[in-house]
Amino acid sequence: MPDTILQISDLDAFYGDFQALYGVELDVKPGEILAIIGANGAGKTTLMRSITGLLDNGANQIKYRGKDISSLRADEVAMRGLAMVPEGRQLFPSLSVRENLMIGAQVGRSGPWDLDAVYRLFPILKDRKDQGATSLSGGQQQMVAIGRALMANPDLILFDEISLGLAPIIIKDIYKALPDIIGEGMSAMIVEQDITKALSVSSRVYCLQEGRVSLESASDTVSREDISRAYFGIE
Amino acid sequence: MDWLNAIVQGTLLGGLYALFAAGLSLIFGVMRLVNIAHGDLIVLAAYLGLTVTSATGIHPLVALVLVVPTMGAIGYVLQRGLLNQTLGDDLLPPLLVTFGLSVILQNGLLEVYTADPQKMDAGALETASFALGDLTLGVLPVLTFLVALVVIWGLQWTFYHTSLGRAFRAVSDNQDIAQLMGLNRRHIFGLAMALALAVTAIAGILLGIRTSFDPSIGGGRLIFGFEAVIIGGLGNLWGTLAGGVILGVAQTVGAKIDPGWQILSGHIVFLVILAIRPNGLFPRIAA
Repeated sequence: MPDTILQISDLDAFYGDFQALYGVELDVKPGEILAIIGANGAGKTTLMRSITGLLDNGANQIKYRGKDISSLRADEVAMRGLAMVPEGRQLFPSLSVRENLMIGAQVGRSGPWDLDAVYRLFPILKDRKDQGATSLSGGQQQMVAIGRALMANPDLILFDEISLGLAPIIIKDIYKALPDIIGEGMSAMIVEQDITKALSVSSRVYCLQEGRVSLESASDTVSREDISRAYFGIE
Repeated sequence: MDWLNAIVQGTLLGGLYALFAAGLSLIFGVMRLVNIAHGDLIVLAAYLGLTVTSATGIHPLVALVLVVPTMGAIGYVLQRGLLNQTLGDDLLPPLLVTFGLSVILQNGLLEVYTADPQKMDAGALETASFALGDLTLGVLPVLTFLVALVVIWGLQWTFYHTSLGRAFRAVSDNQDIAQLMGLNRRHIFGLAMALALAVTAIAGILLGIRTSFDPSIGGGRLIFGFEAVIIGGLGNLWGTLAGGVILGVAQTVGAKIDPGWQILSGHIVFLVILAIRPNGLFPRIAA
């Protein structure tokens, strides 16, 4: 087993002429939860888009389980066991709750997660399974988005802005469910604006600032000053 | 009685228009592609049917067994090889490219089959009829209408009860996120176009049995298809059938008033509906 599941080296990312990431170095170890923090526009979402194949990358910049996935299409990356819970949920409005979950299983990977397992984790979704996905409340939609990613039985799951736009009580519930979600030998990357939350669930933290990694540290030993310096660039 | 007859005949004609429209509706729904070449593809299917029937002597309806998969394959290759490259945020490139395709198809057909009007020989089916009360119904128009019902029911079922249909709807909703779910949108679009042209094949064969055709009539079929789609409301296949029927009835009733008004009255009804209900009569409930 390789000692990293995801290895990012010297990653640059562009939107047309605009460069959003500069030489990002990052790795995820099997079974760990990694937190990514950073201000708006620091490149967190771009990093997610690069990893999942929605943005084109240069050769050998992203390795997954030791294999180069930099130039694969997003669907090919998904088939290899990398799933994302996108920012703002992004459920399919024309699909029911159940169909949204089913489409997550489209990659055809076997594992512990199926419809029943997701319904056990979020029982409310079973009651709402035939409703249109976007008729649910924000928190319930986030449950569908998480369930949809789990249905792919991924090895690595990316959470982009997991608590953005949700009520604090819902955020608490979702964080409470997180150990059950990631408990099954999965690795996770969590992009989070709430730094305290991010540090409490993760083993390591990376901070991005203007497209560069400004901090890499163990989550339990990092100091407030280090974070503010890495976050805001203030000396 | 004559008026009732006109309405019934118009309704049956609407089945054919719904078949013209179903493929258009499907590809617009899945990939926001307005296919200007759709009418010419209907005519292409009719000519393929003509070639098959004259080469083998089989009945045109039996020829569907060959023409439907052929058109499906053409659709998939066309989408993957050409049309996928035109799709993006801009609606103009697919319009221009399918317009060009329409010109190429028309001239290609002209080159191969000449401008002489052709017709497929369906034997007794062309003239067979039966009496229903005081009305006399042609077997072919009734058959066409039933085929339209089955095709639209089949498409509807595919959309809402199969994993392919789920993929169509997901890709239509959000291409990037669908891609993250392991759906290759280029392949899904190819399948959607294959399905659309398979339906087009049915429409083309039924057209070619019903009337004579030549390479120039594609544009007119495109307009009827468009009108049926818009009257019914975009993205609603049963609405498309209703749109076809309304257009068909408008044409036959118009022709009843004055034979010269047939096509014009169809267009007028279309314009009136567009003015009163710009989203069509039965638009898909907004998400």
